[in-house]
Amino acid sequence: MTVYVLRRLTAGLVLAVLVTMITFLLLSTTFDDVASSVLGNGATPQQVTAQKALMGLDRPVAIQYSDWLTHAVRGDLGASYFTSEPVRSALTARLGVTLSIVVVALLATSVISVALGVAAAARGGAVDRIAQGVAMVGYLVPSLLVAIALVYVLAIELHVFPATGYTDFGESPSRWASSIAIPVVALMMGGVASLTSQIRGAMIGELRKDYVRTLRTRGVPTRSIVLRHALRNAAGPALTVLSLEFIQMLGGALIIEQIFALPGFGQYAFNASLQGDVPIIMGISLFGVLLVVVVNLVVDLLNGWLNPKARTVN
Amino acid sequence: MSPSSTEARRRSPLRRLLADPQAVLSASLLVLVVLLGLLTPLLTDHGPNQVNLDAINAGVGEHGYLLGGDKSGRDIFARLLHSIDTSVVSALIGTSIALAIGITSGLVGGYFGRRTRAVTEWVFNLVMTFPGLLLLIILMPVTKGDYKATMVVFGVLLSPGIYRLVRNLVLGVKNELYVDAARVSGLPDRRILRRHVFTVVRGPVIIATAFLAGSSIAVQSGLAFLGVGSSTVPSFGAMISEGFTNLYEEPQQFLWPSLALGIITASLVLLGNALRDALEGGRPKPSRIVTATSYRPSATEVPSVAGLLTVEDLAIAYPTPTGELKEVVSGVTLSVAAGETLGLVGESGSGKTQTAFAALGVLPPEAVVTRGSIRLDGRELLGLSERELRAVRGTSIAYVPQEPMSNLDPSCTVGAQLVEGVRAATPMSGREARERVLALLARVGIPDPERTFRSYPHQISGGMAQRVLIAGAVAGRPLLLIADEPTTALDVTVQAEILDLLRDLQKDLNMAVLLVTHNFGVVADICGRVAVMREGTVVETGTTDDLFAAPRHPYTRKLLDSILDETALRTDPPTASAGALETETR
Amino acid sequence: MTTLLEVSELRVTYPGRGFRARPHEVLHGVSLAVGQGETLGVVGESGSGKTTIGRSVLGLVPPSGGTVRFQGNDITHAGRKERRALARDIQVVFQDPYSSLNPALTIGDILSEPLVVQGAAAGEARNRVAELLDQVGLPKDASQRLPREFSGGQRQRVAIARALAPAPRLVVCDEPVSALDLTTQARVLDLLVDIQRRTGVAYLFISHDLAVIRHVSHRVSVIHRGDIVETGPAGEITTAPEHPYTQRLLLAAPVADPAEQRRRRSARQRL
Repeated sequence: MTVYVLRRLTAGLVLAVLVTMITFLLLSTTFDDVASSVLGNGATPQQVTAQKALMGLDRPVAIQYSDWLTHAVRGDLGASYFTSEPVRSALTARLGVTLSIVVVALLATSVISVALGVAAAARGGAVDRIAQGVAMVGYLVPSLLVAIALVYVLAIELHVFPATGYTDFGESPSRWASSIAIPVVALMMGGVASLTSQIRGAMIGELRKDYVRTLRTRGVPTRSIVLRHALRNAAGPALTVLSLEFIQMLGGALIIEQIFALPGFGQYAFNASLQGDVPIIMGISLFGVLLVVVVNLVVDLLNGWLNPKARTVN
Repeated sequence: MSPSSTEARRRSPLRRLLADPQAVLSASLLVLVVLLGLLTPLLTDHGPNQVNLDAINAGVGEHGYLLGGDKSGRDIFARLLHSIDTSVVSALIGTSIALAIGITSGLVGGYFGRRTRAVTEWVFNLVMTFPGLLLLIILMPVTKGDYKATMVVFGVLLSPGIYRLVRNLVLGVKNELYVDAARVSGLPDRRILRRHVFTVVRGPVIIATAFLAGSSIAVQSGLAFLGVGSSTVPSFGAMISEGFTNLYEEPQQFLWPSLALGIITASLVLLGNALRDALEGGRPKPSRIVTATSYRPSATEVPSVAGLLTVEDLAIAYPTPTGELKEVVSGVTLSVAAGETLGLVGESGSGKTQTAFAALGVLPPEAVVTRGSIRLDGRELLGLSERELRAVRGTSIAYVPQEPMSNLDPSCTVGAQLVEGVRAATPMSGREARERVLALLARVGIPDPERTFRSYPHQISGGMAQRVLIAGAVAGRPLLLIADEPTTALDVTVQAEILDLLRDLQKDLNMAVLLVTHNFGVVADICGRVAVMREGTVVETGTTDDLFAAPRHPYTRKLLDSILDETALRTDPPTASAGALETETR
Repeated sequence: MTTLLEVSELRVTYPGRGFRARPHEVLHGVSLAVGQGETLGVVGESGSGKTTIGRSVLGLVPPSGGTVRFQGNDITHAGRKERRALARDIQVVFQDPYSSLNPALTIGDILSEPLVVQGAAAGEARNRVAELLDQVGLPKDASQRLPREFSGGQRQRVAIARALAPAPRLVVCDEPVSALDLTTQARVLDLLVDIQRRTGVAYLFISHDLAVIRHVSHRVSVIHRGDIVETGPAGEITTAPEHPYTQRLLLAAPVADPAEQRRRRSARQRL
């Protein structure tokens, strides 16, 4: 078990190195622009070259990258070219905001989708039509439009929630909750749609299986058949969808943060990217990969717990 | 191959599609939108960035602006039309890149060996790991925000989905025996891929294309909304973003682009779903695992046959696609006396399993019992609620299935499944139930009960699994055991042991057994009486000795004659002359 | 009688499933021979490796040791080109009549495909298809229809027709009647025997069912856990076997005669 986790984490680190390396390689094509935008408008080519040398951007890419990597291993991600703010502390401060909305959205998505999907598959009829309706709306309406509509109705017209801004959890849990409520709902739409249909489909398939009939003939209550047996077997593929959903939401959070003016990862990434602030971009790509690695590991461990076959293979 | 038959085959999904209003509506909307985009130069003289300072926030129809002007004085209608072009180009770039990469590598990774697949798998996992939108934003300095370059990157990010889809389909097809047959026939790989593999992949890829186009457009709009890229490229996202800042004063500036974007993406999703229905058949509908049969027989009727289990004039029907009911069991009458073994024999489709399921109350929910009666120990079972049936099951009536593996929950230990059944039938403590199950496992001949108790189904053999299922069935000392082809999936040596076990248990517990089988050897081995079924009715019933010695019904005679027994030994020598081969077939 | 197929000391190893799993040998040096126009029955239980023998003769599974000779030529590791040439002489009928026919192709397409690949002209192929359908007792208009329009027994006839298309010398029959009903089973077996008498084709006939094997085979090999334990004339092997495993196998198969079955059962329980 520990060996497995360690092996997966090592693989994750290799992945992080690879992704940051590719990112750096791609960014290296833009170093001229970076230097000139640090200098501001009207810089001469000579000044740009001098600035590049000053920033160390004229060295071979491999050396620059290994330089970045050795610092990163020690926890030093450098500082912004423009504000000189250290990247690591800036990112950790913003990570809380992004993770708040993504994790809450992910949890809410799982709860709602499991409830809806299971009820739809086990009862059919009206519940099923509602579940399919929810899935349809989630698929059909771009989440961008959902977010704006929610802001318009709930915040601007009804004043139920604040339209923009973020309150820290430590400051006031209730204000934190209301500040992330609309962003979370907007972020969830697509995820609820795909996860609900996934669980509904898997449960329908599971409930048709032979072992369900056999359990019934032994007098096992329907409730236990649905929740203890069928759901457990249907959960494996759903978990995979959930981990992909997490990656999706991490991306979706960028747009959502912009709309609701939340001081998260997204805004920071966006501004850094517009300016070509290489240290920040590199820090973000590192954080992004590490997040995904951790979530995938958690999902796989859950999967192993659910599925004895996968466990014995590992 | 006649051309007409090929045409008929190809046309049928298309025809189904044309009959589906959802498909027709969404497809026509999309065609209309694309046409509007193509005809832009004819529909408006205004460029997307042409500014008329007088027309700032102009109302509908003012200054020659059909839908009014935006906050910079540009024609909203013209901008909408030009935005269509941007969306269509985005969709084309995103989908074609994703399809080109995904299909090629999916075919290669799926069809060729493990090693090739290991490489493709690794690469696509890498691509899939990264949040797409974040990557697009990080790479902004590289793509310079140009939406076409961005869409190329996005296409690459979408390709793992297509890769996985194609790879799975190909792996599935590769295991089909017809691909093996094609290889044995000497077909080159290229031809197998084209003729046998690609036909299977085609449908799902068409469906996925609709969704890919939808997400390409959505992402392009999202990025434009964020302000990625040149402000001179007209786009729904940019228009929505501008309208958003002006939402309080001029809400319709926000409304038009949102509506257009909504219609396009929704049409693509709806079209994708309609395509799925047309190409892959309807999606599975949920079926309540429990449905009480609507039929309730009159309680006063006196049974005309006596026995522990009496089935009288039972008829079971299923709805056909046209809505009519088709009978699969039409008037079965049989009885099983306490302690006896009745063999219910017949060929596939004769309705023997349906009859058994009806007695257990586990017919699929679509099934309709149209008439008849099933009594156990004098009590009518048809029309009982699931709760009432639950009290009967396990203690009075029990079931041993055909396929041992699929009848055990794969993610639950053998012990846990059995304990649950034991406690459902007879309330007792967990510890007691555990002791009981271990004793049962020992009783059915499992050498190491403790170990099997802790095992998962995939860790035990088929023969062991069948013993476990028998243990589960006899746990509540039932009066009647219904065994549906209990040895068909097993090897002959295991079959003999299982039959011995059933015979033994029956004597011990004095149970009646209703044994459904197609194998007359099994009947001869274990059954006291036999009922022969054909096309939903019982054609002959009798004691085993009588039936084998002197079958009365012609169908029974025909079945018995088909049995390959000792007399069927082949005696003619090999035809060694190759000459016969030449003249006959070449 | 000349030897058509000769398998000697055949070994097959499957790579282990999953990470770092050990490879797993399923055939430990199997030897058998099939003469021209002869049926060799191979009988064994699930997991005995009987299907693997057929698949390695067909080139669908690479052997890890031993040789496979056809008409004197070593075809153990035949390349793609050689295999294509061999397709004229070695054919197959699989167990599952549902997955062995491509559901999207008409019967006519399925039957003519191997002929066209071997270079037959369209008209020639069409005539041959009609001939084949007649040979296996299917109606002429069958070539226009799709597999799903046929019953299991009829599909198996199509599969047999496909195997016969290039007029092969050897057909590997892998449990060809196991998925069929009793009455259909007997008819398909009769068809196979009848075709053999008329054309002189040889069968490597693989089955788990001794009664089926007895019905079609001249000689029988019994395979148990990757080893052939006994080979001999069908009459001897299926009535008075020498090897204890074969004896057990024979006594375990129930016979459709209550009195005889009682006798067998007690004989088996004594064993």
